[in-house]
Amino acid sequence: MKFKDNHIISKKDFSREMIDHILNAAEKMEPIARGEQRSDLLSGKILAILFFEPSTRTRMSFETAMLRLGGDVLNLGSIDASSIAKGETLADTIRVVDGYVDAIVLRHPKEGAALLASEFSSVPILNAGDGAGQHPTQTLLDLYTIKRESHLEGLKIALAGDLKYGRTVHSLCYALSLYGAQITLISPKELRMPEEIINDITAKGAKITECDSIEEAISDVDVLYMTRIQKERFPDPAEYHKVANKLKITPETLKNAKQELKIMHPLPRVNEIDTRIDDTPHACYFKQAFYGVPVRMALLGLVLGAIE
Amino acid sequence: MSDIETELRVRRIENGTVIDHITAGKALNVLKILGLPDSSHGVVSVLINSYGKYGKKDVVKIENRELKGEEVDRIALIAPNATINIIRNFNVTRKNKVQIPSFVEGVVGCINPNCISNSNEPITSKFKVTTEDTGLKLRCSYCGRVISENIAEQLL
Ligand SMILES: [Zn+2]
Repeated sequence: MKFKDNHIISKKDFSREMIDHILNAAEKMEPIARGEQRSDLLSGKILAILFFEPSTRTRMSFETAMLRLGGDVLNLGSIDASSIAKGETLADTIRVVDGYVDAIVLRHPKEGAALLASEFSSVPILNAGDGAGQHPTQTLLDLYTIKRESHLEGLKIALAGDLKYGRTVHSLCYALSLYGAQITLISPKELRMPEEIINDITAKGAKITECDSIEEAISDVDVLYMTRIQKERFPDPAEYHKVANKLKITPETLKNAKQELKIMHPLPRVNEIDTRIDDTPHACYFKQAFYGVPVRMALLGLVLGAIE
Repeated sequence: MSDIETELRVRRIENGTVIDHITAGKALNVLKILGLPDSSHGVVSVLINSYGKYGKKDVVKIENRELKGEEVDRIALIAPNATINIIRNFNVTRKNKVQIPSFVEGVVGCINPNCISNSNEPITSKFKVTTEDTGLKLRCSYCGRVISENIAEQLL
């Protein structure tokens, strides 16, 4: 499978075979990601980190991935302060930066920015989030976490929280539909997953059920994917607290859970996961954050042609 | 109708293009899509709410210019039943129904205010066009947002 010089823009560009290929490559990267092995796979290569809005964790994860593979990172700092203020277009910025580096990681507040960048760039663009649009490396690391900690085949997963606005869960559902997953959606009625997305995902092969409490679904699932509910979505603070409390997990919530249940969360969490869960074998969210590193290492290795 | 009345109501053209069966009320949008009258030196006449066999319709006549298929096909976005008649020497030499294009560039703007195509980048908007039972759907290539209603309002 050929990834060299490809852009990583949207999860829609990936077939199941491509995803499997990336996840397998990520598995081979794990010992290097953990610092158990040294690598100079990308030595001499430079990665530009071009973030037009802050996301410290995603930035650090990409930087770590590049450094672990012996490559160098050029962090362009806070860009809104410099060129955007001078009115430079993204197209111009990309055409300047692509002359300095071998690949560009881009995060931008406007939807479609990564696709635009790929139209002007002579080096691979890796989309690290464009507005409410795509964030494919997050989806891939979620899939990788499920693969490593549970299983992608015959998966039963529940997604809880804000399923209306959360692009993370939408993208994950699309990807899981490629594996025919059974998906249970748990959300307050104000934050239900849009009908159109549910129809799309069902048409692609996932089985969807909806319910309104975690307790109802918990005994049957292999993975529980929690998301944050943002206060801003609720005009009435009392309503927010009611909803947030209902979708909070504590050791009691997990009474009927399978022993091998894994709990994921894209982080940062607010209070939807009780800290008493952290030391249980169910907790998987910090590992999930780590798994972003081998996944991004695999992507960098692939698009820079260092691995096949 | 006397000749003079005919001349006053509908001026026959010797050479050029007649776009017939435009959805009633959409003629001005059609002109906009085609960049008319700026893009033509000949006389352009417009009939709005003209009565045809199938009820009200609009007609646009462009003298001394033969429009090419692909430039006219864009008007199918707002006037899917329009026909294009190429006139030579007062005769219709070619008659085609407009084809709904599968892809349009630079004709309409994205409805998503946060879409990169709505900023000052050196790009033109791009949409994938699909026909569904409910009508046309235009999907923005940049942000994925779908326009399915009031396409005329999104004309650039
Ligand atoms: Zn758009």
